[in-house]
Amino acid sequence: MSTDAATVEGWLDRMARSIADTLGPELPELLIVGVHTGGVRVARTLHERLSPNEPLGSLDISFYRDDFSRIGLHPRVRRSELPFTLDDRTVLLVDDVLYSGRTVRAALNELFDYGRPARVLLAVLVERAGHELPIRADFSGTRLDLAPGQQVRLNREDLGLSLRDTRTGEAIDG
Amino acid sequence: MVDGDIQFAPDGRLRHCLTTEGMGGERITEILDLAESFAGVNDKTIKKVPLLRGHTVVNLFFESSTRTRSTFELAAKRLSADVLNIDVQRSATSKGESLLDTIANLQAMQCDLFVMRHPESGAANLVARHVDDDVHVINAGDGLHAHPTQALLDVFTMRRHKPDLSERSVAIVGDLRHSRVARSEIHALRALGVGEIRAIAPRTLLPVDLEGLGVRVYEDIDAGLADVDIVVMLRLQRERMEHALLPSSSEYFAGWGLTPERLARARPDAIVMHPGPTNRGVEIDSRVADGPQSVILEQVTNGIAIRMAVMALVAGTAPQREGR
Repeated sequence: MSTDAATVEGWLDRMARSIADTLGPELPELLIVGVHTGGVRVARTLHERLSPNEPLGSLDISFYRDDFSRIGLHPRVRRSELPFTLDDRTVLLVDDVLYSGRTVRAALNELFDYGRPARVLLAVLVERAGHELPIRADFSGTRLDLAPGQQVRLNREDLGLSLRDTRTGEAIDG
Repeated sequence: MVDGDIQFAPDGRLRHCLTTEGMGGERITEILDLAESFAGVNDKTIKKVPLLRGHTVVNLFFESSTRTRSTFELAAKRLSADVLNIDVQRSATSKGESLLDTIANLQAMQCDLFVMRHPESGAANLVARHVDDDVHVINAGDGLHAHPTQALLDVFTMRRHKPDLSERSVAIVGDLRHSRVARSEIHALRALGVGEIRAIAPRTLLPVDLEGLGVRVYEDIDAGLADVDIVVMLRLQRERMEHALLPSSSEYFAGWGLTPERLARARPDAIVMHPGPTNRGVEIDSRVADGPQSVILEQVTNGIAIRMAVMALVAGTAPQREGR
């Protein structure tokens, strides 16, 4: 199973409209923050569509993961870049896939070490069943119910999505 | 001494940090890149990440230190570790307890990361060979042997100012013979493929094996500084004079001290470094130490990010279990 980039772009258009409706006159003041790496790509396209005043922010949540003691540090940690002050602002946190909710938990913890936002909203391209934490997306492109051994990922070359088997690493067709 | 191997886990990851010798350019670059990310933590309102929560770091200093010990302590605290500082002058060691007994007792208190400075070369290696599998050792200076985190923060500072290190020329000036910083730095610079390394010192303060390490030796500071991009000054230790390796400190300054006039022989955009503490008027003129080309305080700041990176890397190699 896969989803082509044109379909995903359609979801993003719809998400952008929904975000704009929710924020109303506050939209120009919205801060958009993507989670590395897939989330930053999705956040960039939402930032282009919504054109808020502030530049795009990014978070690498490697220092906030809850599995450090089990798997150690990710070898390629990027520097988090939040080129604005968060205090009393509305933040749109963006990731590609919401699954267990642990990445979002880590991202929220990191975000609050930079300041105290008035409100945080969550936008994801794919909301996948299997949450392990009470975290839900405010805006999502689609919902998927996959088997535990399956993984949905953004394509490297475009914003299309494909399914993979996490044990074999092979693409799943169908 | 080839001792780099025990600092690696069987899977090749860095388990202890003992020396830059044999660490390899790729791994050093990985540490420097990671330190860049940790430098971002120090820009946040809350300068802390939860990475080492539940870990206990022991600063075990058998030699005095202010800068190194404080930056290790801050680095550990910014990683959310608990920190224990052992005052060795007053500890059981001065009652005759052996080093390994001290370590065994601290392990029994679930301490899992030792930052150690010791006057004897090889002390950190000795401890690393005897600790449990999930305990890590970082060498914060052992005798005349190595001071890897100082070398790493120095090359980090160099890379920030001169990203194209392979095109650059570095001069290390002063007491290279007794300097573990110089030794670790030369290994790190060679691993990174720096363009040229020069050593500038009176003959009595030069180690014997420098040419074998690819270092060009100058006894004349004016010739040695010509067109270099980076000048690393070393601290002159007064006890060297007592051992008659040197004349008085004023004569040393006249012969090898870094003055603005001498610095003018280096490239106009050359940077000046010093691992500290500086002896003003002995190895460096205050006008240089406080001048626009000095990056001495940047080195101190960068020391925190480097030490965070090294601690996170070694602590992250605890017994491997199945990833998610």
